Amino acid sequence: MSTRAAPWRALLGRELKLALRSGGGAGLGLVFFLIVAALVPFGVGPEPDKLAVVAAGTLWIAALLACLLSLDRLFQADAEDGTLDILALAPLPLEAVVALKALAHWLTTGLPLVVAAPVLGVALHLPPAAAPWLVASLAVGTPGLSFLGAIGAALTVGIRRGGLLLSLLVLPLYVPTLIFGARAAAAATAGQNPVPALLLGAGLSLFILAGAPFAAAAALRVNLR
Amino acid sequence: MGLSVSGISCVRGGRLVLSGLGFALADGEVALLRGPNGSGKSTLLRALAGLVPHRGQIAIDGRAVDGDARAELIGYAGHLDALKPQLTVAENIRFWADVFGGDPRVALAGFGLAAIAARPAHLLSAGQKRRLGLARLLLAPRRVWLLDEPTVALDAAALVELLHAVRDHAAAGGVAVIATHGPIGIAPALRLELTAEAAGRLEAESDPFLAGAWT
Repeated sequence: MSTRAAPWRALLGRELKLALRSGGGAGLGLVFFLIVAALVPFGVGPEPDKLAVVAAGTLWIAALLACLLSLDRLFQADAEDGTLDILALAPLPLEAVVALKALAHWLTTGLPLVVAAPVLGVALHLPPAAAPWLVASLAVGTPGLSFLGAIGAALTVGIRRGGLLLSLLVLPLYVPTLIFGARAAAAATAGQNPVPALLLGAGLSLFILAGAPFAAAAALRVNLR
Repeated sequence: MGLSVSGISCVRGGRLVLSGLGFALADGEVALLRGPNGSGKSTLLRALAGLVPHRGQIAIDGRAVDGDARAELIGYAGHLDALKPQLTVAENIRFWADVFGGDPRVALAGFGLAAIAARPAHLLSAGQKRRLGLARLLLAPRRVWLLDEPTVALDAAALVELLHAVRDHAAAGGVAVIATHGPIGIAPALRLELTAEAAGRLEAESDPFLAGAWT
């Protein structure tokens, strides 16, 4: 008999597999991130000084929007094919299901953005000293985006074409994460101390990671009924 | 012991779909649930599975079931097959085996899917998808099976496999409630007729369970 994986590991592995095989799921966010960054010089102007000032904020906004792209399918596909019904009867708390799916979303959407950010920082003339802080701020902030997005995805799971509503629900909630994340990178760009903003952003992300699975699971239970 | 249901009422979208339903099944007994479209068959099964809010009591082996107990006691196959088209047949069943326990190879063999284990699920016919959805029930033993239209899209061979699976489940002391429109070839212990006009008023007709009729 084959070895049985732990349910949480099986769910996480399946989510990663589905994201990689879905064609446009995982890679779409990264491509969107690249395109937005490439468009900025056309709008702001190609002068390095101008770009350096807006680079951190621009990359943060691009990351935030890229995270939104695939959020509407976070629970929708599972609701449509009956998987959520079976998972509700599985020996795995719905809160854990939510947390694992949000984690998989971050691994396939947020993490590639973190990795790509330094390259785009160079393209936007972000000072080299600020690049590590941009990466750090994205690394601590983007998990919060995925988990916060999970609440919106759970609230709109039963709604046809709920992607727009999801954006309207989630984008305002992203503001504090955006402020602290962009502020940390911008402070480093301006030669100021980025640590306070980074720590505040990390604290906010931890708060979201702790609470979002419960809120999203509660929303799923209501919507699945 | 077995399954005992009493006073099940359910409101959906402001409409009373089920009103005070009750029935009991002893170990090894099967109930067939019939009724016109919209009479509440699926809602009753989902209520028994705890997937929709309801009033009333559900007890298995004399114990009232709550959320945690349901996971250990109830096997549910709704009209959706809960499979992912991006994964192969084997990967689909393997995932559920990891979640519920059990041997995926046994489950696949039980519904004649072993030969197409490597096939992507998006290439399956409707009947093969239905088999895959039902194969999940064979992974880990559950006291109560709730099957919603399990015969849809099944060919004659798959129907026989389903009957064998239900028979084996009942022979092991399990209980099953099966909602179906078509003939299923089962002589049930209980026939439950839901009527849409009476908001799911249940008319139960008890028959002796005819084990010989399975073959």
